[in-house]
Amino acid sequence: MARIDLVDLAHSYGGNDAAPESFALKPVTMTWRQGGAYALLGPSGCGKTTLLNVISGIITPSRGKILFDGKDITPLSTQKRNIAQVFQFPVIYDTMTVGQNLAFPLKNRGVPKAEIDKRVAEIGRLLDLEPYLNRKATRLTADAKQKISLGRGLVRSDVAAVLFDEPLTVIDPELKWQLRSKLKALHRELDLTMIYVTHDQTEALTFADTVVVMHDGRVVQSGPPAELFDKPAHTFVGYFIGSPGMNILPAEVRGREAKIGGHVIALDRSYDNLPSGAKIEIGVRPEFVEVVAPAPGLLAARIERIDDLGRIRFARVRVGNAKLAARAPAGFTSADSSAGLKFDPSHVHVYADSLLVEGAA
Amino acid sequence: MDKTVNQKAWFLVLPVFLVVAFSAVLPLMTVVNYSMQDTFGNNQFFWNGVGWFKELLDPSTDLGGRFLASLGRNLFFSLVILAIEVPLGIVVALSMPREGWTVAACLVILALPLLIPWNVVGTIWQIFGRPDIGLLGYVLNAMGFDYNYVANEFDAWVTVIVMDVWHWTSLVALLCYAGLKSIPEAYYQAAQIDGASRWAVFKAIQLPKMNRVLLIAVLLRFMDSFMIYTEPFVVTGGGPGNSTTFVSIELVKIALGQFDLGKAAALSLVYNLIILIVCWIFYTVMTNAGVERKVQASSEPAVEPKPSAALKPVPALEPREGVA
Repeated sequence: MARIDLVDLAHSYGGNDAAPESFALKPVTMTWRQGGAYALLGPSGCGKTTLLNVISGIITPSRGKILFDGKDITPLSTQKRNIAQVFQFPVIYDTMTVGQNLAFPLKNRGVPKAEIDKRVAEIGRLLDLEPYLNRKATRLTADAKQKISLGRGLVRSDVAAVLFDEPLTVIDPELKWQLRSKLKALHRELDLTMIYVTHDQTEALTFADTVVVMHDGRVVQSGPPAELFDKPAHTFVGYFIGSPGMNILPAEVRGREAKIGGHVIALDRSYDNLPSGAKIEIGVRPEFVEVVAPAPGLLAARIERIDDLGRIRFARVRVGNAKLAARAPAGFTSADSSAGLKFDPSHVHVYADSLLVEGAA
Repeated sequence: MDKTVNQKAWFLVLPVFLVVAFSAVLPLMTVVNYSMQDTFGNNQFFWNGVGWFKELLDPSTDLGGRFLASLGRNLFFSLVILAIEVPLGIVVALSMPREGWTVAACLVILALPLLIPWNVVGTIWQIFGRPDIGLLGYVLNAMGFDYNYVANEFDAWVTVIVMDVWHWTSLVALLCYAGLKSIPEAYYQAAQIDGASRWAVFKAIQLPKMNRVLLIAVLLRFMDSFMIYTEPFVVTGGGPGNSTTFVSIELVKIALGQFDLGKAAALSLVYNLIILIVCWIFYTVMTNAGVERKVQASSEPAVEPKPSAALKPVPALEPREGVA
């Protein structure tokens, strides 16, 4: 039960003297509040597991500090940190029963027997492991084993946070949903801080109330799922989250107008003080671009194909050399694959060197 | 799976059959033949039936007494070296480095004793232990210990056991090390997070994961030590008296020393049988350990459906590349 602060935290596997760009985790300062459900989202190799291992103490960071409730715990070993962690592949103590597996972290800390029994029974009940408590853990399926791993993470009531490192990788898709909802329910019931590492946006967006997006060793945005969707702070967040991802187009922006290859798109806000020399792009989610019949005043595009996702259809179109995705309204067809694009000005964002620029009203 | 019947296939088995017949079956049958007869030289043989086997198992006869005594010594020797080499091998494996150049250095040093021929090992220790010119024997005597493996039974035993430990602990250590290396790092990390002590990590993770290799190590070391001949023969020659005469040494004495082919043949058959039975027991235990687990798992109702699919690690799902 603690607030976790990261202060100028950075880590390089090549040691502190390595070039700043080669750091697996570039300097980050942020706060994880007590009781939050966080997801660390990013592609493989973006440093999310490194960050997790630094928090749990498996890795000692090259630089910076970690504070639990304001107390510096950077030099402390994993055992002394009061952190629980669940790994990608189930870790089971072969010779023990399911119950003994769950009791192991408590037993090692000298918790009284009565307390252990109570806690194991509770976690067993929450994870539906009750019928198997007296069975050898080796003989269970991978899902059950991973549940035991989860259980060992949750069994300690005093932990500062429970960290999950892509814990559902080995689980079948249908069971994934069940286990994920279970985790969410456990989070509400146990009031623990949970940090969940994943590269699957659906997993992140459904589990967490705050999603932290990482890219190339940096935290590029952290916020509730809706904010990541509506207002990506970085072009990477734009195209990593959402399916299909955000359309990013190089453009010239002046005042309330963006110019793409000679065509002018109206903007909701005014952008007058863009940094000179920066790479200027506009980003707009496919949900807010509509393909319609070509008409004067609309950006002309060629339709390459239309993907029918069931509830919604997305047209894959080409404007000059740029490829875009756009919403195709019901009943829309195009005989000669030419079309016009209609933008929703309130959802067109402007990026300078990949970072979001707030326009003036 | 349709099987076509073709009796000509037997011809393909014929070469192997012939080789095995000449290399194993015929010599073995010769031994069986000898074991039923007695000879006084001159290539004259007399039928003796199961007489030698009866004598072998009867401690009151000369043959039975010698056989059972050496068998007892052999079993005791095997138990002692197992009791020393297995725990020592585990300790050595646990204290070996897990990465870096020191790993290679350790492996080479450990492998060295294994590469030395048996009778050279015997010679090394024979000289090493001599009170007059051997480093070990001389130093021990200079320190006031009355150490002489030629005259003293206890000293002879200690020398033979220490020699075997020196020669073969490496094998156990290397096997255990291989077992330890196969444990994924996540187990250690999880144990660290679970607050496990060094001893708890050993008991809950390392020992269970070394289970398999330890069984193999015990089997190999038991068989080898049970059949030991060269090293004790070179060092002590079976003495002083008969105190370090193991079964194989006794066998050679009877067969080549006294030229009692009938007795030696009967003894070697019984010896062989004991080894086969012990091997079979070990083999059954080892294979059953795995099978029993599988059978139990499939007979019990599965906790969740589709265990096989769930066991396979799913390849990481990468986010799509590039801007759409």
